[in-house]
Amino acid sequence: MVRDRAPIVAGTIFALLMVAPFGLGLIGQGYLTGLLMRAMLLAIAALALDLLVGQGGMVSFGHSAFVGLGAYALAIGLQAGIESLLLLTLIALAVSGLFALITGVLALRTSGVYFLMITLAFGQMTYFTLTSLAAYGGDDGLTLWSMATLLGTDVAQNAGQIYFVILVVMVAVWWLMHCISQSRFGRVLRGARDNPERAEVMGFSVFRYRLTAYVIAGMIAGLAGVLTAQQNEFVSPALATWQHSGDLLVILVIGGLGSRNGAILGAFFVVIVQDLLGAVMPEWRLIYGPLLVLVVLFAKGGLNRLLGPAQTGSVA
Amino acid sequence: MNVLEIHNLCKSFGAVRVSRDICLSVAAHQCHALIGPNGAGKTTLIHQISGVLRPDAGQVLLDGHDITAQPIWRRAQAGLGRTFQITSVLPSFSVRENVALAAQAKAGSSMRFFAAASDEAALNRRAEAILARICLEDRADVLAADLSHGERRLLELGIALAGAPKFLLLDEPMAGLGRVESAMLIEILAVLRREIPMLLVEHDMDAIFRLADTVSVLVEGAVVARGTPDQVRADPAARAAYLGEGTVGDPVGGTLGGTA
Repeated sequence: MVRDRAPIVAGTIFALLMVAPFGLGLIGQGYLTGLLMRAMLLAIAALALDLLVGQGGMVSFGHSAFVGLGAYALAIGLQAGIESLLLLTLIALAVSGLFALITGVLALRTSGVYFLMITLAFGQMTYFTLTSLAAYGGDDGLTLWSMATLLGTDVAQNAGQIYFVILVVMVAVWWLMHCISQSRFGRVLRGARDNPERAEVMGFSVFRYRLTAYVIAGMIAGLAGVLTAQQNEFVSPALATWQHSGDLLVILVIGGLGSRNGAILGAFFVVIVQDLLGAVMPEWRLIYGPLLVLVVLFAKGGLNRLLGPAQTGSVA
Repeated sequence: MNVLEIHNLCKSFGAVRVSRDICLSVAAHQCHALIGPNGAGKTTLIHQISGVLRPDAGQVLLDGHDITAQPIWRRAQAGLGRTFQITSVLPSFSVRENVALAAQAKAGSSMRFFAAASDEAALNRRAEAILARICLEDRADVLAADLSHGERRLLELGIALAGAPKFLLLDEPMAGLGRVESAMLIEILAVLRREIPMLLVEHDMDAIFRLADTVSVLVEGAVVARGTPDQVRADPAARAAYLGEGTVGDPVGGTLGGTA
């Protein structure tokens, strides 16, 4: 059996990110670390989405709704006077998990393109609900004047070391997804992706396993939302738009479906290419679009495949 | 004691009555075969037993428990194993992992998120034992998608066995198999039928005569004859229905074996 190279690739990426802020000290640190943080935040949400799309075969087009919910949970909690980041995170996880549970029960009665449409509908519902929150800025969003504290310190703020907090969370989410993919649960999820009828006849309630995955993915996206709000010091309904959900799917396809490293590589690729192209030419989408098409057509398995030997599908 | 009992099962699709008051029972250590022409409702009956379809009326009992209203996965948990007429395996899983996943369904909760499933020695041992039994141990690491048709039919049986079923529903297990592969599968099933009672839907008459203790003939949704294979072969009603007119007068013997 081919030795799985994924942990080595991931370890290298994490090590590079660990030293990046020090190395970037001389060349416009603010801008570049900002770019890396944006990529890492996207990667966290994409890692969660990959549990659904890559492992479970459930193509959700409403995943950014959970990011929006997590961000607004933080913002509303802060407005209400809660300052502890841990408590606010728990609230955000509860909110996004509960929303995933309720919408999941309905959405998972369908599959394929119907699942895609119903998750899109729930995503749009969330978006329009957020725009109607007049007390919290409505359409315009809300600037956060004071940020949450981690155990009374400013470590998880821009004034502190939020870069490393985001990095640690991303590594933890990577590790969690890595474990899940190899676990009994992950195996059932992949079995149901391959052949749901067979999984059912083996004795697994496919619905329950999918719903559990949907809730886990929703909660982790909520966590990404909390950190996004904490880093931006601003929340707006734009976080929950369907374009944002589409970006997450693009990240997975470019990075390589069903591989944790793919979600991370894809996120960095998308953020960096968008920014570089955007800086060079205003019509950058003219290049970005065909670029995506080329990657999809010619780099099957995504960027992840370029860095490691083809894994057997079952290990994915 | 009957492991599987079916009482007065009825099912209609619109005006078409695909199951007409079917009664059937299979005792421990018995292999009951179900034969009948295409469109007789054999697969529909299998679907009602396994839970894909809900009967309009009647009952299905497994080991004395009424499973008529239970979802597919609960029936499987209760001990009902099945194979499909059209091969149904997990193509992106290795052969071993196909079987190990099926074993996992009966080995405690699968809501476990951390330990690697492929490191679970008990599951792997069980998978190896099953693979040895169906003569696929050499192919354990091959992806199911890369198997030959015959090997996939065997794997399908292995998946069903890994769940340690109390009863097996086999929907045309020989379909599409060559002579050698059929003979091999028949040998495997001949041993198996004394351990696990089974309902065998099959067109292959060699298999029926080799394996079945009793046979029911299904025609247009109703059982028109039942008995030992020899009794059924001699039964004029069964012959007429199954073979069509004109063969009733033929001498008993070869002809029935020649259809399929």
